[in-house]
Amino acid sequence: MRVEGGIKFILLSEIVFPILLLIFGVYHGVMQVLYRAGVLKADSFLGIDYYQGLTLHGVINAIVFTTFFAVAFGNAISLYLLKKPLRPAVQWISWILMVGGTLMAAWAMFTKRATLLYTFYPPLIGHWTFYIGTVLLVVGSLLPFFFDWIPSAIAWKRENPDKKLPLAVFGVFVNHILWTIMIVPVAVEILFQLFPLSIGLVEDINPLLARTLFWFFGHPVVYFWLLPAYVMLYTMLPKIVSDKGKLYSDPAGRLAFILFLLFSLPVGLHHQFTEPGITNAWKLIHAIFTFFVALPSLITAFTVAASLEYSAKAEDPSVKNSRFYWWTRLPYLRLEGDKWLFSYFFAGLVLFFFGGITGIVNASYNLNLAVHNTAYVPGHFHTTVGGLVLLAFLGMSLYMVAKIRGTEVKFKGLAALAPYFWMQGMFMFSYAMMVGGALEGFPRRTNSGLTYLNPDSPLYRPEWVGYAQLSVVGGALLGIGFILFLIAFFGTLLAPKIRESVVEFPIADAYHDAPTPVLNNLKGWTVAAVLLAVLSYIPPLYDVTQRGVFHNSPAYNEKYPIPIKQLQQTEAQSKEVSLKEEK
Amino acid sequence: MDRAEKRALITALALLLFFFVLIVYAAKGLKIDLPTCITDVQPFKEGRLIQHAPDRYELQVVAKMWFFDFNQGQTEIEIPAGSVVDIYLTSADVVHGMHINGTTVNLMAIPGTVNYARYKFDKPGVYHVVCHEFCGVGHHAMMGKIVVK
Repeated sequence: MRVEGGIKFILLSEIVFPILLLIFGVYHGVMQVLYRAGVLKADSFLGIDYYQGLTLHGVINAIVFTTFFAVAFGNAISLYLLKKPLRPAVQWISWILMVGGTLMAAWAMFTKRATLLYTFYPPLIGHWTFYIGTVLLVVGSLLPFFFDWIPSAIAWKRENPDKKLPLAVFGVFVNHILWTIMIVPVAVEILFQLFPLSIGLVEDINPLLARTLFWFFGHPVVYFWLLPAYVMLYTMLPKIVSDKGKLYSDPAGRLAFILFLLFSLPVGLHHQFTEPGITNAWKLIHAIFTFFVALPSLITAFTVAASLEYSAKAEDPSVKNSRFYWWTRLPYLRLEGDKWLFSYFFAGLVLFFFGGITGIVNASYNLNLAVHNTAYVPGHFHTTVGGLVLLAFLGMSLYMVAKIRGTEVKFKGLAALAPYFWMQGMFMFSYAMMVGGALEGFPRRTNSGLTYLNPDSPLYRPEWVGYAQLSVVGGALLGIGFILFLIAFFGTLLAPKIRESVVEFPIADAYHDAPTPVLNNLKGWTVAAVLLAVLSYIPPLYDVTQRGVFHNSPAYNEKYPIPIKQLQQTEAQSKEVSLKEEK
Repeated sequence: MDRAEKRALITALALLLFFFVLIVYAAKGLKIDLPTCITDVQPFKEGRLIQHAPDRYELQVVAKMWFFDFNQGQTEIEIPAGSVVDIYLTSADVVHGMHINGTTVNLMAIPGTVNYARYKFDKPGVYHVVCHEFCGVGHHAMMGKIVVK
């Protein structure tokens, strides 16, 4: 499908803009291992504070980059598979909201007005532009789904009444339905608690309620990152392995997506296992649902492996009857055609294998006491969102940029090598973080180089030194991998155009296929998902607003470790005093 | 759904069920449970260590910027080995975390609420207490130490 003019600019910029920001996000990722290990014993470096950089690392990598990519990917999938042009008015409004919102939030973070980390837990409070910028980014990301993709899908359905929605479109739709639902609680938190607090409309809020609303959003969002990668694994990976490659089962893919829709939402309390004010029976119920949400990933593990086997055997019939030898026929490091993309998915899948297992540890109710908020947690999620999700998104960004610009992929060898550097670096980093965290209690989100890993400090903890040093080696490899990717990415972006600008994807057919009328009823499943989410959250919300909380709490700004209320009173008093003196 | 697919699905379900049964056993059988909703203790303003019996203590901790108040402003306390300690935790300002390294005491401190855990300190030694939730510029310098003799 050809693309031109405004739509081409929008698609291209929705990929390039977040990658430009990602350079800073990854830069601070590398800086952080240096701070934490005490290689850099400082509060700040080049004008960026440790915690400010950590905020940028989290917000850019996990919110801005992923949201922009999900929108660009959804736009391209809808355009290519539904064969309907994108609506420029909708796309421009969405683009302006997303870019504008991001710039607002970025201004607040870069000027040290919102050093709150990615979770922005009150009573810590930042500048209002941070909150409103985030809301604009999110609202902008919803517009294309409601006003572009859904109308296109309805028109497509009218023309193809006997066909089911293509699996890739189905996956993208499930993902944006989830996104829409999970945004409601965090929007309530931001608009009714944090924004009024940040501009001084209210003086007190309930921090426990804010945390509960945040995690109502904060866990489902990881599936919002993951599902576009799953769409690629199901529909594109087999075709990349071989032109004759096929997806093993289309209904299995749909079943996995529907299970994600149902069980992604009622799980947020597993981030709040160690929290006061919530009855632990509800925590156990959310733990059960978290185990259910592991199921679609286990189904995916089977289907992806089966698709790889089918495709490898289709490519090379000489391994047709072997049970294991077909593994050697996968294009681990090959440069012909689009095969370079395989290394992104393969490295991502290897990391995700460990990400899945360690995630089950986090979800395991009382086992979580051993790992909660230790370095184990970032060790875990860097193999999921920093593993499969990031690698799939980077690989697909490069692929789409080459197609939309109409160029060849430049520095293909570097592009194909980058994920392996990333994988090795992430293994070392995550191993160090997980073992140091789970066994020795090394905390996350801490500028430990100043105290815990500083021999001159009374808080010195020598048992953590080795883990921190190993994470530095891992961080360096991660940095190298990312630079290799950037060379290929910008080489491709700036290369001369040799073909038409197109949007296209290597979409594989299904080996097993069957009509799935029940699974295709997205409206019905959406209602079920909302009901389940609401029901699972009524008791904890009652706890955090009524039973477990004693009084509201004042807001704090890290520069003034005094309650703002008290600060305002002091200011008012001093004004009165000065007025009296004047009289 | 073909046979291999069915087998994979059943294996996955059985595995998850097995894990879950173990968790419930550890929680209800071995009593390694999570903190729950405390409704009978008001948030307190100052840390206190109260001895109820020779080996029974009540520890009221206030986490604040940027230290743990274990006993009237002290960041270090001493208790005899073998003591059972009821730990109550609240926060005086922002959200903090409290992890007594080497134990299962891992709690969030949230203003306006009281968190609770019971722990038996069997092994003598120094137990470092770490704040593991970002609480402002002094987060990495939060002091806290429990000495078990």
